[in-house]
Amino acid sequence: MMTATALAPRPAGDKPRPAFSVMTPVRYLFALLIVGVTLAPLLFVILGGFRSNAQINSDPAGLPSPWVFSNYATILASESFWRFLANSTVISVAATALAVGLGSMAAFALSRYRFRGREALYSMFTVGLLFPLGVAILPVYLLLRQLHLLESWVGVALPQAAFALPVTIIILRPFMAAIPTEIEDAAVMDGATRLGFFWRILLPLSRPALVTVSVLAFITSWNGYLLPLLVFNNPANFTVPLGVATFQSQYAQDTASILAFTALSIVPALVFFIFAERHIVGGLTGSVKG
Amino acid sequence: MSTTTAVVTPDVTTAAGAPSPQGAPRRRSHLRKRLELALLIAPATILFVTFVFLPLVAAGYYSLFDWNGFGPLVDFVGFDNYAKALGDPLFQGAISHNLFIVVASLVVQLPLSIALALLLNGKIRGRTALRLLVFTPYVLSEAVTAVIWLSLLQPHGVIDGLLEGAGLGGLVQLWLADQNIVMLTLFAVITWKYIGFGIILFLAGLQGVPDELREAASIDGASGWQTTRLIVIPLLAPTIRIWVFLSIIGSLQLFDLVWIMTLGGPAGASTTMASYLIDRGFRRYEFGFGSAVAIILFAICFVFALFYQRFALRRDTQGAITGRVE
Repeated sequence: MMTATALAPRPAGDKPRPAFSVMTPVRYLFALLIVGVTLAPLLFVILGGFRSNAQINSDPAGLPSPWVFSNYATILASESFWRFLANSTVISVAATALAVGLGSMAAFALSRYRFRGREALYSMFTVGLLFPLGVAILPVYLLLRQLHLLESWVGVALPQAAFALPVTIIILRPFMAAIPTEIEDAAVMDGATRLGFFWRILLPLSRPALVTVSVLAFITSWNGYLLPLLVFNNPANFTVPLGVATFQSQYAQDTASILAFTALSIVPALVFFIFAERHIVGGLTGSVKG
Repeated sequence: MSTTTAVVTPDVTTAAGAPSPQGAPRRRSHLRKRLELALLIAPATILFVTFVFLPLVAAGYYSLFDWNGFGPLVDFVGFDNYAKALGDPLFQGAISHNLFIVVASLVVQLPLSIALALLLNGKIRGRTALRLLVFTPYVLSEAVTAVIWLSLLQPHGVIDGLLEGAGLGGLVQLWLADQNIVMLTLFAVITWKYIGFGIILFLAGLQGVPDELREAASIDGASGWQTTRLIVIPLLAPTIRIWVFLSIIGSLQLFDLVWIMTLGGPAGASTTMASYLIDRGFRRYEFGFGSAVAIILFAICFVFALFYQRFALRRDTQGAITGRVE
């Protein structure tokens, strides 16, 4: 919705003032600078994957000549890259489904029921927002060990879902509260139970907010590093971030392979981001504005 | 807080179909409501309490013991772990490193992202693409960011090569191995990753500044700078307050990037509170001591958040952190 506002035509007769035309070259200069600073490291990684180590060592910032495809080919043919990808996908999907599923139920209760202790319960969830995984990690680790969830994707997905609940509930609650009571009354009139209203009417109406919280939960889980680092020792279980970091430290001398591996690991994140950009921005600005 | 909850609320009576003032239907609807509530709330609450709330309490408890994470908790030491942590020069260093990132973010990233947002807010070709691009590093994981910059910053790597190529070879440093430089290097990487987030946030905030106001100001003879300083920035205040909050909380919790790029080194020169905690807890199995560090970290974040909430954010976050519905 932000992009839509940005692109909305300005009122007719709104000529650029003189001061603006002076600024225009400056503006483009800075825009170029931003593009350069943002893109250069990514381009270096992608292009570096097409070079050999000898090329990189003799001229770190050069272009591929000749182009080497074996780095990418080796990684795409390796089992471990695809396994990391699959592990990350399973964990992120599970954590997201759990956080959004349970979070929307709780947000429904917290927004449209009145009961004793409602605000206290809500406050408990919101305090979780200030509470990074790092702080709880020692006891969480011990708990997972006790539950025999170490080396299991469940052991990562469950805590990640739990830590995603605060943001989910904080975004969903005001959204659900803002849906007019008339709609609920009408549904009740037509014989719907309250749970029926939740399932058939409120959830579909909350779709934009649900997409936003899903995207946020998914990205947080996908990018998570600390929890997989502690839960997984067996490389077969590694997620993408953990795999990239481990690959980097294991093959420190093989810069070309590291760059190719890193470039490939960025691809899913970028593809996802291009589709979800609006929701991420909306969610981040919305989550704090309530 | 609803104190009238014992009384059945009107909508429930309607739901029951017969708004009878007393008797079985009403009681049944009351019971039904309770069951519904339990069904809706219990799963999320159980998950949250198990993996977020109880671990915090557990950390508080463990922090009072000298414990390696195995066997029973027997070696009660009271608040010794806290005293030991706060007295450890390495941990004091960690706190100061976090504070450095907090302050540097406020001083450098805040003005920079506002300025860039203002620049990008004007008419410019390809603005949508530019936004997408600027935001890209934010979506990358810190692990990937760390690996990218590790490669760039290698001795005789790209950054050094570029500096030498530009005739600035004298500026080349041991970016990650020099105790005096490492925090600056890390801050630069953090800025690369997070500046786009600030720009996007402020661009969104600028959408809320009406063009009419700026035009009126310029008709009244205000210069571009005056308009920006006296009209645009004050109207951005809510966005600024939110950015500051997120930035500080994020800076206090810095971990992934540091862990992958430097492991807190060289010689503890880039240790953060979180990396100190993981180092003590998981590499040396000092679970009691590590828990004390976790509680200190949490206390700092919590106290900051409370004060910030009370004095700065109050108006902006109604309905969010402490707000209520209705």
